[in-house]
Amino acid sequence: MAEKKLMYGNHAIVEGVLAAGCRFFAGYPITPQNEIPEFMSIRMNEIGGVFIQTESEIAAINMLFGAAAAGKRAMTSSSSPGISLMQEGISYIAGADIPVLVVNVVRGGPGLGNIAPAQSDYFQATRGGGHGDYFTITLAPNSAQELYEFPKIAFELAEKYRNPALILADGLLGQMMEPVEFSYKPFDPETLPEPPYALSGCKNRERRIVRSYDLKPGKLEAWNWQRQKKYEQIVANEQRFQATACDDAELIIVAYGTCARVCDAAARMARAKGYRVGLLRPITLWPFPSNILSALAEKTDHFLVVEMNMGQMVDDVKLATECSKKIFFHGRPGGGVPTPPEVYGKIETILGGAR
Amino acid sequence: MKQLFGRPAGLTDISQRYCPGCGHGIVHRIIGELLVKLNIRERTIGIAPVGCSVFADEYFNCDMIQPPHGRGPAVSTGIKRSRPDCIVFSYQGDGDLAAIGTAEIVHAAARNENITIIFINNAIFGMTGGQLAPTTLPGMKSTTSVQGRDIKKQGYPIKVCELLSGLDGPYYLARTAVDTPKNIINTEKALKTAFTYQIEEKGFSLVEILSMCPTNWGMTPVQSKKWIENTMVKYYPLGEYRNRAKEEK
Repeated sequence: MAEKKLMYGNHAIVEGVLAAGCRFFAGYPITPQNEIPEFMSIRMNEIGGVFIQTESEIAAINMLFGAAAAGKRAMTSSSSPGISLMQEGISYIAGADIPVLVVNVVRGGPGLGNIAPAQSDYFQATRGGGHGDYFTITLAPNSAQELYEFPKIAFELAEKYRNPALILADGLLGQMMEPVEFSYKPFDPETLPEPPYALSGCKNRERRIVRSYDLKPGKLEAWNWQRQKKYEQIVANEQRFQATACDDAELIIVAYGTCARVCDAAARMARAKGYRVGLLRPITLWPFPSNILSALAEKTDHFLVVEMNMGQMVDDVKLATECSKKIFFHGRPGGGVPTPPEVYGKIETILGGAR
Repeated sequence: MKQLFGRPAGLTDISQRYCPGCGHGIVHRIIGELLVKLNIRERTIGIAPVGCSVFADEYFNCDMIQPPHGRGPAVSTGIKRSRPDCIVFSYQGDGDLAAIGTAEIVHAAARNENITIIFINNAIFGMTGGQLAPTTLPGMKSTTSVQGRDIKKQGYPIKVCELLSGLDGPYYLARTAVDTPKNIINTEKALKTAFTYQIEEKGFSLVEILSMCPTNWGMTPVQSKKWIENTMVKYYPLGEYRNRAKEEK
């Protein structure tokens, strides 16, 4: 069996990123993700990677742009206000079709908000986030184990589609300690081939240009159409989810990340009382797992979306089900975390009182 | 017939879109020549700014990247740390470097990042049509200071070489101009020094180049050269502001 360690979620991300062969990190301190740059600075020093503490999140995302354009796996991490600052850079990176990994350990907002766990950056993560028509592949882990495993998946998807990838965690997942199994063999970054866009000096080849602009009439439109085809492929091929007891459910809870952990407990409470309650956990938030939701809406009458915000993913559930069934919502904004009894109470109300 | 003059291999065959009398073409040519003279073209990665010289990614015959406005030094840092064997230069105007990109240039200099910055100071926003720049001289007219820069309302210009001289980090800082043949030769010397220090892994080098913008200054090319000589150089004195190679001797 692979080695197993008790780790903070934020430390698990670091080990996952390094095991994925990434040797470039640039970032700026912000709570609740500080354990990532702190541990990263130690680990990069041990294995001879690059760690830069930057002057701002703006500098961090642009250093990533440079490192990734040079053909290297590169990542940054931050929390909500810092991710807002990075949006300009993410837009340029998406516009230049360059793969990078950005981890957002989400905190309460808007503004400076607080440092409590939240899911209020869902719209920002799944609708592009910055200016222009683009999407970022967004993965939502719900355990330290997934925080370890998802960086590899994120890099592979980012590189396959030449697109930025996000991991959307939250303060609770980052600060929680759980056992982590080092479940796969670490990549040697030296074995990764040089990507076709990589800036590396034009010896023995044509020179390369990485950019997001084209002022020639019609060219930018054509380029955007080309990117749209890529997005269609991602939506068709990469929807990921975990479905628990959904087949015969009279009510399906839809929740991701920390909320999915809470709702798993609530669903078990409900089943113990005789309610047939399932849990659908989106793992990719973009592309949203619309296909499974659309199929489940054929046979399930009630959906309950639970989020740590005022109702963002609930829009995607309504779109996926075409509002054909009743969609209920329970949310806690500003760093509030729902409890299992709270969610159970909601289930009981929807399904018509205690059984 | 022997060819005495031609386009250097460091520049592409694309016609440059700069205005008559603009200084960008002169500086591009110097860099294009140096890429060949220093035998670094095939391992150089250039960064184009946002501004008139955004198209520099088409003009320099080496690998190029075009990042967000002002972020050249951060992108350069990412490239250089990922590929230390490559030569990395960031070409930036005064809006790019001294307004929106102030944080990035100061911190790249403070880190003594082993990159070369080519900073074109023409005291105006060119591409957007002649607005006030952080380097616009007191009293100088722009489309957002039509009565002339009023220091009570718009403050004072930023002198980049002097500002960065206050840091321990940078290895080489120099200010030159491209208004006269003599100054063009000095510009080439300064750029050669800057690239050479990067090749020798000494650290951060920046050459600030006073450059003509006849279109947005409302002058002829000849008047523009005279204006640099008679007015601009007095506010932005030419010379080396930091050369640690000399200090260390």
